[in-house]
Amino acid sequence: MTLADELARQQRSISVAEFFEKNKHLLGFDSPTRGIITTVKEAVDNALDACEEAGVLPDIYVGILRCGQDVFRIIVEDNGPGIVPEQIPFVFGKLLYGSRFHQIRQSRGQQGIGISAAVLYAQLTTGLPTIVISRTGPALPAYRYLVQIDIQTNEPRIAGKEVVEWDRTHGTRVQIEFKSTIAAKKKLLEYLKYTSVVNPHARIRVEIDGETFLFERVSDEAITCPKAIKPHPHGIEIGQLMRMIAASSSPCDEFLVSNFSRIGKKTAIEICQSAGLSPRSPVMSLSPQDQKNLLAAMQNARVPAPPTQTCLSPIGEELITRSLEKEFQMDFVKARTRPGSVYSGHPFLVEAAIGYGGKLSPDGNATILRFANRVPLMYQQGACAITACIAGITWKNYNIAQSGLPLGPVLILVHVASTNVPFTSESKDAIAGIPEIEREITLVLQELGRELKTYLSQRDKNRLAEDRARAVCAIIPDIASKVAEIVEMPVPDTSLIEGRIMRRIVVKKVTRDGRVRIEVRNHTGTRGAISLYDISPDAGRDAVPPPAIVTEVEGEYTKMWQLEVAPGEMWAAEYGGSGGGTVQVRGVSPENVAVVDLDAE
Amino acid sequence: MQNDTLEKKAYERLISIAMQWYRQMEEGTIPSITLPTRTKQNIAYDDESEVWKLGDRESVRSAHTAKSALHLLKMSYVIWFLKTQLRENRSSTLRELYYISEGWKKAKFSAQDESNYLIEDLEILTDLQREAFHLRPEEDGATIFGPLRLKEMTRRGERVIHCQEDVGEAGYQIPSNVENIEFLEHDASCVIAIETGGMFARLIENGFDEEYNAILVHLKGQPARSTRRMLHRISDEFHLPVYVFTDGDPWSYRIYASVAYGAIKSAHMSELLATPRAQFIGVQPSDIRDYNLPADALTEKDIAALQSELSDPRFASDYWKEQISLQLSLGLKSEQQAFAARGLDFVTREYLPRRLSDMGLVIRS
Repeated sequence: MTLADELARQQRSISVAEFFEKNKHLLGFDSPTRGIITTVKEAVDNALDACEEAGVLPDIYVGILRCGQDVFRIIVEDNGPGIVPEQIPFVFGKLLYGSRFHQIRQSRGQQGIGISAAVLYAQLTTGLPTIVISRTGPALPAYRYLVQIDIQTNEPRIAGKEVVEWDRTHGTRVQIEFKSTIAAKKKLLEYLKYTSVVNPHARIRVEIDGETFLFERVSDEAITCPKAIKPHPHGIEIGQLMRMIAASSSPCDEFLVSNFSRIGKKTAIEICQSAGLSPRSPVMSLSPQDQKNLLAAMQNARVPAPPTQTCLSPIGEELITRSLEKEFQMDFVKARTRPGSVYSGHPFLVEAAIGYGGKLSPDGNATILRFANRVPLMYQQGACAITACIAGITWKNYNIAQSGLPLGPVLILVHVASTNVPFTSESKDAIAGIPEIEREITLVLQELGRELKTYLSQRDKNRLAEDRARAVCAIIPDIASKVAEIVEMPVPDTSLIEGRIMRRIVVKKVTRDGRVRIEVRNHTGTRGAISLYDISPDAGRDAVPPPAIVTEVEGEYTKMWQLEVAPGEMWAAEYGGSGGGTVQVRGVSPENVAVVDLDAE
Repeated sequence: MQNDTLEKKAYERLISIAMQWYRQMEEGTIPSITLPTRTKQNIAYDDESEVWKLGDRESVRSAHTAKSALHLLKMSYVIWFLKTQLRENRSSTLRELYYISEGWKKAKFSAQDESNYLIEDLEILTDLQREAFHLRPEEDGATIFGPLRLKEMTRRGERVIHCQEDVGEAGYQIPSNVENIEFLEHDASCVIAIETGGMFARLIENGFDEEYNAILVHLKGQPARSTRRMLHRISDEFHLPVYVFTDGDPWSYRIYASVAYGAIKSAHMSELLATPRAQFIGVQPSDIRDYNLPADALTEKDIAALQSELSDPRFASDYWKEQISLQLSLGLKSEQQAFAARGLDFVTREYLPRRLSDMGLVIRS
């Protein structure tokens, strides 16, 4: 036997399932910690996609339970349209099986690898089948399937099938058990939180090892499912064109008009002519060279960009702002959605938001939230075009410190939506550097940067005013009493300075020896009628004068006085208590009021 | 109060600062204070007095922002504290002052640097040294050994001390307030200020102070204010030449410069602290070459320091240019103790006598 024969005997076709078993990292299963995130991500993506297609508001449950030393049970349940029983084994037990692969529209999952890869991973680490329950309507029963994948053939293997009782009228529940750890719990919650930010219509309940979390929806409007569009003549490759030609019995011009977007009769004839083809000859009869010529002619044809309105589903400025406000308490948030655009015939659009201050960490790099088609990108931040664009902007122009990435209490969200998001690899962690996309990201961030700058300079102006009010109303009186002690003379009256500098209504709150005193001095030239709100744990029952209204919420009392102070006059209220809390004034414009808490350090 | 005039001055000048603020507030203006700007840009070498001094630039600190108002509040607390301390004839250290501020609420210092800096501000405003406020630093004063008789006003009465006969081998310890010392008499021909304790002890052990009638002063590295004030006063009152003997590296040259010309941090009192007539003995870079002293290679930091000294006005003489350039080309530095390689007596028998006579000192032994 020759060596070639010997080798030939060893050569055989490899099943996709076998291939992925050996290349788990390609699908995001390279480590047990990552496996859990990938599984949840794939299941949640599918759930959201399914709900979107059915036009229902997603109600998703994610459960992670420890079943053994290092075995975890992952449950993801949705209220989507459900899966017809015959399809269940294929959806979960066959790699590369999916409904969205051939469609040209924005969707989360595409290749149909995700969830079946998790099934495969479970099978490899615990040997357990995946349990799927699905129901397609209230009149129909729920089916429970035990699914595995035949690694040799990439065909589903049904380990069990029965009709069960289920409390949901429609939806799908998948239960997968595999070896993992919840070391990445923080990352997992981050992923769900970010998912909730870009899916404001979804409610996600989470239970991890007994702990529960809720990511509530901020919008009660189901999003319109993006519609599939026909391929654009600029965004097609020879293989796809050949398949389409093989399936068509039309003449060339009709083939072009009916199979592609943005091609009319006139354009079709022009394309045929420049490819040297007769418009009326059947497209099936084209030689391979003719097909190549046709493709070249299509790509050179002057046709409008593909429609972006229907096939893309931007989140929208208002919803991004609302969901960011819900998940991150910040002082400033602004969002922008750019108009749709096109790269190599693929429609795309970019949305972004910038948040500042509040509970964001003031140290270190800015928080960066990257999204592609409403899916958070959790890994490979450094390899992503979004990160590169952020680092490429001169943030100092917008009064933000920068060392590569911007620094400080800044949050930057970028969402790229496209019928074909150009990822750098199959694990879909990073967006590739396509110039058209980079340009849009940079433009939208610059726009938002200018808004942030306006906010920051306004804030600095207010701070300066507050700082001055504090110096004049809180510290100078202390200097006065200390200086009087040194020179052994009576304490000078500092309200003169206060009036001269402030020219406002000054409200001071001070607590001494268990008595709280609130003073209002009118340093303006006009009579001031104001409502004064004092919110603190003190009930103020003995207040003189008594407040007009007192309300209590969770041990915090809001005491409201309505008062009028003539120019140069002073009003005061006193009660027993321990102070603290906040004082607010309504009735005069904010620039005419200074509130100073003398107890604050 | 003991040192009546000085303490009275301190007391009055501190209160007058507070009085100025009091009047300002009475008139309805925001209290403020004017101080020379204390940045490197506002420190200049004064050719006439040959020391570093604060320039003419001034800045106004006015209580119109929370930060400056807080500064004035802290200053008024400190003035109030110093006033009480002076009246009760007590004293405290800079560190104690920092801890005392713990009870001052808003006026509490966040770090000792802040309180030290504020005291320097008060020195500038009153034109007095902090010792006049009864404030002293923590560090021990350095020591002195030689034919000098002085009288120190201690808290327990006057003490007359001869710095050879009445002290142990460690010498006489310089008190933090040198103003409490009165110099009575001396039998010295010069003062030698020595950087390291090892060399100071070597000179005493070898009897150099007796043989050459030298007053030996231990600098203890970068010298404290009291040590510099001591050198200034001995030089000034007895008209004695002062020589500075340090290691042969760029950092030691800066010790010499601070003795002779003053330091940036205390530029406001250079005229009290600096001794412009002090001369540098060595270790000179040429000594490293001529005596073939054991040496270490210069580090990158050493080289950078030497290069910055080349453009420093304090080292702008031909002598220093030549020596520094030589050191850069040798690439070496040596310690004072390196002379021990030629025997323990070499430094006192040969090196110092030769250097001192080179520098024009008539040695009478």
